[in-house]
Amino acid sequence: MDNLFSLLLLPLISAIVLVFVRSDRAKWVALLLSLINLGLTVPFLLRFDPQAGVQFEQMWVWIERLNVNFHIGLDGISLPLVLLTNGLIPLIIATTDHTRFKGNFYALVLFMQLGLLLVFTALDAFSFYVGWEIALIPIYFICALWGTGDRVATNLKFFIYTFAGSILMLIGILYLYQQTPAGSFEWTAFAGLNLPETTQHWVFWAFFLAFAIKIPILPFHTWQPNTYVQAPAAGTMLLSGIMLKMGVFGLIRWLLPIAPLGVAEYGTLVMTLCVIGIVYASLIAFRQDDAKRLIAYSSIAHVGLISGGVFSLTVDGLQGAMIQMVNHGISVVGLFFVIDLIERRTGSRSLSELGGLASRTPKLAIAFLILVMGAVGLPLTNGFIGEFLLLKGLFGTAGYGLWYAVFGGLTLILGAVYMLRLYQKTMLGELPEQWFSVSDIKSTDVVILGILVVLVVVIGVLPNYLLELSEPAINNLLQQISFRTA
Amino acid sequence: MGAIITLSLLAILLLYLGLFKAKSALLPVTLAGLALAIGFEWYGWNQMAAPQYSGMVLFDHYAIAFSILCIFIAGLVLSLSKAYFKAISENVAEYYALILFSLVGALLVCAYHNFAILFIGIEVMSVALYILVGIRKKDRASNEAALKYFLMGAFSTGFLLFGITLMYGATGSFDLNELQQYVRSTPDHQISPLFFAGILLMLVGLCFKVGAAPFHFWTPDVYDGSPILITAYMSTVVKVASFAGFLRLFSMVMVPLDGFWEPLLLTIAIITLFVGNISALVQSSFKRMLAYSSIAHAGYMLFAILSIGSLSPSAILTYGLAYSLASVVAFAALILVKRQIGTDQFESFNGLAKQNRFLAFVVTVAMLSLAGIPLTAGFIGKFMMFGRVMESYHTLLLVLAAINAVIGVCYYLRVVVHLYFKSVGDQVETSAIKVPLNFQIIFAISILLTLAVGVYPEWLINLL
Repeated sequence: MDNLFSLLLLPLISAIVLVFVRSDRAKWVALLLSLINLGLTVPFLLRFDPQAGVQFEQMWVWIERLNVNFHIGLDGISLPLVLLTNGLIPLIIATTDHTRFKGNFYALVLFMQLGLLLVFTALDAFSFYVGWEIALIPIYFICALWGTGDRVATNLKFFIYTFAGSILMLIGILYLYQQTPAGSFEWTAFAGLNLPETTQHWVFWAFFLAFAIKIPILPFHTWQPNTYVQAPAAGTMLLSGIMLKMGVFGLIRWLLPIAPLGVAEYGTLVMTLCVIGIVYASLIAFRQDDAKRLIAYSSIAHVGLISGGVFSLTVDGLQGAMIQMVNHGISVVGLFFVIDLIERRTGSRSLSELGGLASRTPKLAIAFLILVMGAVGLPLTNGFIGEFLLLKGLFGTAGYGLWYAVFGGLTLILGAVYMLRLYQKTMLGELPEQWFSVSDIKSTDVVILGILVVLVVVIGVLPNYLLELSEPAINNLLQQISFRTA
Repeated sequence: MGAIITLSLLAILLLYLGLFKAKSALLPVTLAGLALAIGFEWYGWNQMAAPQYSGMVLFDHYAIAFSILCIFIAGLVLSLSKAYFKAISENVAEYYALILFSLVGALLVCAYHNFAILFIGIEVMSVALYILVGIRKKDRASNEAALKYFLMGAFSTGFLLFGITLMYGATGSFDLNELQQYVRSTPDHQISPLFFAGILLMLVGLCFKVGAAPFHFWTPDVYDGSPILITAYMSTVVKVASFAGFLRLFSMVMVPLDGFWEPLLLTIAIITLFVGNISALVQSSFKRMLAYSSIAHAGYMLFAILSIGSLSPSAILTYGLAYSLASVVAFAALILVKRQIGTDQFESFNGLAKQNRFLAFVVTVAMLSLAGIPLTAGFIGKFMMFGRVMESYHTLLLVLAAINAVIGVCYYLRVVVHLYFKSVGDQVETSAIKVPLNFQIIFAISILLTLAVGVYPEWLINLL
C-alpha cells in the first residue's frame, strides 16, 4: 500500500470519470473518490518514519535524453502538505452546492489535486514545474467560470501574473540543470550545487518571484484580493487553503537549499517585506466591509507571517511555518465556508448589513466562534501554536529579530481586532428585520464544520504529532544551509 | 525517394480523376497515397543512409522524420478539405494536386544534400502555393495575398540563389559534404569573403521562407488572404520543411563559422519574437492573430539553430509537431465557426463552450499547447527550445523569450475567454455548431497526439 504514484493517479482518473457524470450526483461521486484518496493517504502517515529522510520514493525515466525523471517521494516537509491537500479536498467538495455544480466542476477540482500533489511530492525539478503549472489551469477555470463580478479580467490577471512568475522559475531550473555535473533535474543534484555567490543572487530571484507571487508576499499580492473575492467559495478555499502553500513549500523545498547565499543576502529585505505585509494587510482587513475580502486580506497577513518564519532560518520559524500552513488551511477553509453559508442564507456578505445572526443560527455561531479563535491564535487552538513558534522564530532571526518579532507580533493584536469585528458584525448585535426567517445550518454542514472545529482544537491541544513529522527534515535542512553559508 | 515519386504520381493521378469528374474518389485516393508515402519513408528508416543520385539527396533519419511529419500534417489538412474546397471552387482536384506538388517540394527541402535540390525544392513548394493562395480569383484579398506572396517569394528565392552562387564561387561546389569539408579545412581568415556574403544572403532567403522578422511582412497578409485550409497548410508544413532545410544547412556546414552568423541570427530571433507576439496581441481577427503568432513561433524555433547541438533536430521536430497540430486544430475550428457566423474575428468564438463543449475543449487544449502549458506538446517543444538556449548561455535571449512567452499567454488566453466567458450576441442564432465526422476525427487525433507528446515525449525525442 505504499505506492505513492497511486495517490497521484487516482485524482486524475477521478477527474476523467467526473467529466462524464452530468447529473446532480456528481458531488457525491467526487466526494467518494476524494475520500478514497484520503483513505489511501493514511497508510503513508502510519508507516512514515520522520527520521528516515525521503521515503516511498518512486522514479521513472521520463525523457531520457534530457535526463528528466518522474521522481516523487515523501519527507517530513511534504507529508503534512499532502495530508492537508487530501484532507481538505473532500471537505471542500462537501461544502459545495450540488445543484449548482456539475461534473466538470468537480473534475477540475480533482485535476487540481493532481497538480498540487505533484508539486508537494516532486523530487525532480521538471516534475515539480509540471505540477506547478497544471495546478494553475483548473483553478483558473474554476474561478473564471463560476465566479462573480469582473471575473474574466481578474482571473486573466491572476493567470498571467502567476505564469510570469513560473516562467522565470523555468529559466532558473534550466540554468541549474546546466550547472549540475551530469545535467540533472534531480532535487538532490540541485540542492548539492555549490553555486558562486553572485549566481545564487539571481537564481534566488528567479525562484523567489515565482513563489512570492503565488503566496503572495507584498508587493506581489495585487492579484489576490479580487481573485479571492470573485471566485466561488470552493475556489477561494482551494486558492487560500491549499494553493498558496505551494509557494511556501517551494521556498522551503527548493529555494532555501539551492540558493542559501541568496537567501542570506536578501533575507533581510524579504523579512521586511513580510513584516510590512503583515501590518499593511491587517490594517486593510480592518477597514473592509465585505466579509470575504476581509478574510482575503487576513490571509495575506497570515502568509506574511508564515513566509517570515521561513526566512527567519530558525528551527522554530520553519517548524512554525510548517504547522501554520496546515492550520491556516483548516481555519481559512472554515472561515470561507461560514461566509458562504451566511451568504447563501442572507444573500449578503456586507458587514454593515449583517448582524445578530447568532440568535437564528446558533450552531453556525458556535463553529464560527471557534474558527475565529483559531484564526486569532487563542491558546488551546491550533493558531496559537503556529503563531507562537513563528514569532519565536522571527525573534530568533539573526540581525533585526527583535523588530521583526515586534511588528510581526502586531498580527496577534490586529488579527484579534479584525476577526472579532467580523464576528461581532455578523453574529452579534441586533438582527435586521429582513433576516428574521434565516434558518440554522443543515446537518451535513454541521458535520463539515464539526470536523474543522475538532481539527482546530485537536491540533491546538496536541500539536506535537504534527511537529514531530517535520522536525528532523527541518533540522536537516537548516544544518545544510548553515554548512553551506559558513 | 519512393515517397517523392509516389506523391508526384499521386498528384498527376488526382488531376486525371478531376478530369473524369470522380470527385468522391479524390480524398480517399489522396489519403491512400499519403499513407503509401509514409510507408515508403518508414521502410527507409532502417537502411543505411548515404547521399544518393550523385549526392543530390540524403534520406537519413533526419530527412525521414521531417518528411513523415510533413506528410502527416498535410494528410490532416487534406482530410479537413472534404466539404471545404467544394464550397469555394468547382475544380476541386486542382487543390489536391497542387497541395501534393507543394508537399513534394517540402520533402525535397527536408532531404536535400545539394543546393540544386534545395533550390528546386523551395521553388516546387512555393510555386504551387502561389497558385493556391490566389485560387479564389474573384476575391480581392486572395489576389492581393497571391501577388504579395509571389513578389516576396521571388525576392527571397533571388536572395537564396544569389547566396548559393556566391558560395559556389568560393568553394566550387553545391554539395553539402564538400562545403562542410571546405569550412572545416580552411582556416577562418582564409575563407573567401564571397562565402561570408553567401551565408548572409542565404540567411536572408531562408528567413523569408520561415517568416522571421524583419522579413515577415508578407506573412500576415498572405495568411489572412488565403483560404483557411491553405493558410493551415502554409503555416504548418511549409514552415516545418523550411526549418528542416534551414537547420540542415547550418548544422552541417555553418557550425564552425558561428562567430559570424550567430549575432545576426540572435538579433533576428529577438526581433521575430517581439514583432510576432506584440502584433498578435493587438489583432482583432483570430486568423491574423494566428498569422502573427506563427511568426512568434518561428522565433522560438530559431533557438534550435542558434545553439546547434545534438538535440537541435529533435527540438525542431518536437516543436514543429506541437505547433502544427495546434495550428491545424485552430484553423479547423475557425473553418467551423466561420461557416456558422461568417467572420474570423475573435467574436465568432463567443460562447462556443455553451454550444459545443467538445469543440471548445479541443480549441482550449490547442491554445494551451501554443502557449506552452505542461502536459501539452507545446510545453515540451518550448522546454527543449529554452534548454537549447540555456546550453549556449544566451541568458539575455532566454529572459526576453520568457517575456514573450508571457505575452503569448495573453492572446492565447483571450481565445479561451471568448470561448467560455463571452456570451453569444443576439445576431447569431443559437443552433449548436455541428462538427462533421472528418473534423471530429482530426480533432481527436490532433488532441490525443498533443497530449501524448506532452505526457510522454520520449519516443519523439529519441527519434533523432
